[in-house]
Amino acid sequence: MTKAMTGAKMVVQALKDQGVEVVFGYPGGAVLPIYDEIFQQSDIRHVLVRHEQGAVHAAEGYARSTGKPGVVLVTSGPGATNAVTGITDALMDSIPMVVLTGQVPTFMIGSDGFQEADTVGITRPCTKHNWLVKDTGSLSATIHEAFHVATAGRPGPVLVDIPKDVQFASAKYQPQAEAKTARYQPKVQGDTEMITRLVEAIETAERPVFYTGGGVINSGPVASQLLRELVDATGIPITSTLMGLGAYPASGRNWLGMLGMHGLYEANLAMHGCDLMINVGARFDDRITGRIDAFSPRSAKAHIDIDPSSINKVVHTDMPIIGDVGNVLGEMLELWKARGRKVNREGLQRWWAEIEDWKKTECLSFKPSEKVIRPQHAMARLEALTKGRDRYICTEVGQHQMWAAQYLGFEDPNRWMTSGGLGTMGYGFPASIGVQVAHPDALVINVAGEASWLMNMQEMGTAIQYRLPVKQFILNNERLGMVRQWQELLHGERYSHSWSEALPDFVKLAEAFGAKGIKVDDPADLDDAIAEMIAHDGPVILDCLVEKHENCFPMIPSGEPHNKMLLGEASTQDAIKEGGAVLV
Amino acid sequence: MPALNIKKGSTKHSAYNLRPSFSEHLETHTLAVLVDNEAGVLARVIGLFSGRGYNIESLTVAEIDHEGHTSRITIVTTGTPQVIEQIKAQLGRMVPVHEVHDLTVEGRSVERELALLRVEGTGDKRVEALRLADIFRAQAVDSTLDSFVFQITGTPEKVDAFADLMRPLGLVEIARTGVAALSRGS
Repeated sequence: MTKAMTGAKMVVQALKDQGVEVVFGYPGGAVLPIYDEIFQQSDIRHVLVRHEQGAVHAAEGYARSTGKPGVVLVTSGPGATNAVTGITDALMDSIPMVVLTGQVPTFMIGSDGFQEADTVGITRPCTKHNWLVKDTGSLSATIHEAFHVATAGRPGPVLVDIPKDVQFASAKYQPQAEAKTARYQPKVQGDTEMITRLVEAIETAERPVFYTGGGVINSGPVASQLLRELVDATGIPITSTLMGLGAYPASGRNWLGMLGMHGLYEANLAMHGCDLMINVGARFDDRITGRIDAFSPRSAKAHIDIDPSSINKVVHTDMPIIGDVGNVLGEMLELWKARGRKVNREGLQRWWAEIEDWKKTECLSFKPSEKVIRPQHAMARLEALTKGRDRYICTEVGQHQMWAAQYLGFEDPNRWMTSGGLGTMGYGFPASIGVQVAHPDALVINVAGEASWLMNMQEMGTAIQYRLPVKQFILNNERLGMVRQWQELLHGERYSHSWSEALPDFVKLAEAFGAKGIKVDDPADLDDAIAEMIAHDGPVILDCLVEKHENCFPMIPSGEPHNKMLLGEASTQDAIKEGGAVLV
Repeated sequence: MPALNIKKGSTKHSAYNLRPSFSEHLETHTLAVLVDNEAGVLARVIGLFSGRGYNIESLTVAEIDHEGHTSRITIVTTGTPQVIEQIKAQLGRMVPVHEVHDLTVEGRSVERELALLRVEGTGDKRVEALRLADIFRAQAVDSTLDSFVFQITGTPEKVDAFADLMRPLGLVEIARTGVAALSRGS
């Protein structure tokens, strides 16, 4: 028997039933009844952010680092619209998230009431699904369905808009078991016949490559485990997208490094030259493929994805397998073993010899300077000084993000939080807060650029309030580095508005919030500064002044295929042609 | 640096072309989409088409099961085979969408549209309009001394043909329902 309760109480009850431990949010008029209920209980922890965008990114960081859905609670109108960037970010990167928004009372909807916005209308294209709950009787069932939709199939953000009168009114609470989930049941088992074809292809391929993505991480730790087993047992080389880093360990024997626009030379050439491409939970994003009509021209392509709409969206797939990556990898591994663990040994040997040749290019090599800290050097030192620790890395968006992806090695899934699809500057700092909330004792570092970091710097207040010892490692080049790089390569070195004028003193800024600030500009002091940052028990801003005009290489210029990579400054002259210039 | 043995300039396309090397041939398909009749479901479907740049040639929607709250949306759309497949996959993954049927490929189907046309004129033109309406089995559902409102049912092509004939005879206004379609019995 379930008893009647208010809508506000139902919200909290439903969250508890869903196993929610933390809610990231910001109160306001239209969610006051829910905040009143939160006040009167202690099972669910509420983390007060300083801006609703921060709440969503923090929930993303929480979700990405735990595998559990992130939960956000914000008010109507500006509360909801401020959350839109984060929700879109979660949609692009398939992050499970439930966003609860307050709404003006039902009888005021449509009257342009105070803090009214058409939240379900605004968020319809940036959520997996959303609901406007018009009566309290359906509220709890809707929240349960929301959690189901957010986590089932390809994960993503959902939003439940709750008018204030619905929060005040009472009705019977429907437990999770009674919630309607039947209408959304994505296919998770792969087609055995197609899996068999893929296993046959693996047995004979001369130049196979695994191309893995965020789907492996979203599928859960079992998928990463199965991937490792399959890759190591077959001896097939593996590369990964930005979102998939950590699924296969960077120290693994078969690891080629990240692929794509700023990916490694050997990874991109392996993609270009392979005869069998096995896409596991990636989506042929334009940062990966470069020029589509010259993308891996001679390979048979297998694509394992839980979302049928990812198949054949941009690249034609010869072996489409719709299903959960974990299930499909499990079935592949079993079948491959049962058929006698065959691979084309001679072909693989030649293939690896070719790859080893490409590796000799040492596309990430750089010469540290004695005068100025080069950003690559800063990342390499961070890697050296934190290696072996169970660390969580977040990033903002731009050059620093690519350097972090290139120079830091990820050994496990869920340790790397970055905004891949949407490329949201301002993601990393709040995401690091969400990660630290989920893992209070872990080392959480946000590798940032000074421009990105300033976009959500108000969250320093959150870090201090909740004693979250997040480390903000700012690679400060006083530039919007990636914009500057493109202007150099593409727009005749006319650096239109791509410098950071009037920057704050980051040390004083940290101190103003009650945190520790460190500044370093001499390469000789870098190690000490990083060590000091790690050792401090509390939030730290490390203002690392780096070379201002460093460009990020390797780089596939837009509009070009994988085998037209630029490896360094010398090769940049007229690298981007007119056609490529229109691309982003 | 060891070069991969890739033929230089292996494509004639310009670098603008981020489109996949799928067929460029355009096809028109009629899709029947069964959805939960809940708030916003039509906006979701239309938003998908506008947001992803798909064409809608015709769209009709009405509740078909009052108790089950189910509606049927019939969409006529044009695109390359790959785009048509994308549309179906994108529709299929929406939460309130139960079934997506491509009537164009799932065997034979019947497509009908209803249109109302007001034709104004006198004398010979008026007589000719009435005569053509008879040939097309259009009914006059309203008449004054100098106008008719014709109701015609048929395929979109038939409605087009009738409207073309009425234009020189004084067609002043037309309202069309869009296509409703159903697969034929086997």
